[in-house]
Amino acid sequence: MVKSEEELTWRDLKVGCVITEPGNASVYRTGDWRSLRPVWDKNKCIKCGVCYLFCPDMAIQKTAEGYFEANLYYCKGCGICAQECVTRCITMVEEEE
Amino acid sequence: MGKRVGIEVSLAAAEAVKMADVDVVAAYPITPQTHIVEHLSELVADGELDAEFIPVESEHSAMSVCCGSSAVGARTFTCTSSQGLALMNEIVFIAASLRLPIVMILANRSLSGPLSIWNDHTDVMSIRDCGWIQVFAENGQEVFDHVLFAFRVAEDPEVSLPVMLNIDGFILTHMIEPVEFWEEETVKKYLPEFRPVNRLHPDHPVTMGAFGMPIIFTETKKAQNEALLNSKNVILKAWKEMGDLVGRYYHPVETNRLEGAETVFLTMGSFGETVSIAVDELRAQGKPVGQVRLRLWRPFPFEELREAVKGAKRIIVIDRAISYGGPGGPVASEIRAALYHESNTPVITNFLCGFAGRDVTPDDYIKMYEQTEKMAQGKVKQEDYIIYGVRE
Repeated sequence: MVKSEEELTWRDLKVGCVITEPGNASVYRTGDWRSLRPVWDKNKCIKCGVCYLFCPDMAIQKTAEGYFEANLYYCKGCGICAQECVTRCITMVEEEE
Repeated sequence: MGKRVGIEVSLAAAEAVKMADVDVVAAYPITPQTHIVEHLSELVADGELDAEFIPVESEHSAMSVCCGSSAVGARTFTCTSSQGLALMNEIVFIAASLRLPIVMILANRSLSGPLSIWNDHTDVMSIRDCGWIQVFAENGQEVFDHVLFAFRVAEDPEVSLPVMLNIDGFILTHMIEPVEFWEEETVKKYLPEFRPVNRLHPDHPVTMGAFGMPIIFTETKKAQNEALLNSKNVILKAWKEMGDLVGRYYHPVETNRLEGAETVFLTMGSFGETVSIAVDELRAQGKPVGQVRLRLWRPFPFEELREAVKGAKRIIVIDRAISYGGPGGPVASEIRAALYHESNTPVITNFLCGFAGRDVTPDDYIKMYEQTEKMAQGKVKQEDYIIYGVRE
């Protein structure tokens, strides 16, 4: 069982803190940085994919119907998708606990 | 026994790097380190040394190249001085935290300003806490021996840390001295092939230099500190084995005429030789004076220092850098800290001298001793530190 970062002691670290597991940045939850969440209005969305292209964290994925949605595990709520959306179909909505 | 030759210390240092059979040299020439780089460049160009010589555009690039080459498992050497060290500063710290066993000679020179090319220790003191193993050499032979020592210690899998060999600019770098070279067979026995602990290789991908969040950063620092502290075991072993092979035994703290010594001079680097002349002179006058030289600066040899100065009433610490607005010189601060908990702590008098190449002669050390005596007798005020020879 791999220890979580909270459980790691200094003795557990590899020499020089190298990371031996490629691509493990994908387990890093950046979604908890978010204060605003992107919400798509399907009536306005033309499925162009500009939001998908501009997302700096590759946190936007395509749904089976061809629309787009944010993967909230990674989405930081930066709002770039809403800024770039051609039809202004994305609204940034306040996250509420 | 190896060949004994009269040679400039910089060239001897470069020859030692050649004998270590380095794979990569990345350096930018700067006075007074220049002859080391020049000679290595010649050795590579002449086909005497099979290595990549990378003539970088700055010291920042030099240390960056060294990190890259060391990370792929190449034996790596660089050298610099003063402003060059200042320019490579950020990567110097990174090399240590990445645990890359780079060897660097620092030809000690004053940091600007005023602009100066001459020797003191302000450059090395500016990066005291960079996490490298730091040793000081006193003469040409020590420089040659310690180049091989540096690779041996740095690359030991138990250590895997960069090593900085400090040699006084001009006083050592430009001096022609008799130096005994090692036999190639001896070097082979002493310095095994470099087998890196971690290595950048496409078949076994790793990430080096990832960021550390607050949740883990404290643990990374503790691990790094422990690594530097533990390197001492390997350092002692490497010195012992060198002694067994070439007959010269080195120690973290070297001592001279300490029997019955009430006052002890403490120096780092080439000034130790001048002090030894002053000590002989003072002993001839019947004064109970001895000498301690710090060879190992990081990890700091606390036990050896305490043992060496046990029984001393006064220590005259010679510093070649100033901590502006602080407690005097950086070496004296360390000595005071190391002895703080001892019973019968000796009185420490700190002389700051030899800034940017100003000569300090045996007579000067005798004057420092006499001034210290006057302070001890209460004839003049006991100062924490004195800038020796300054024109008031």
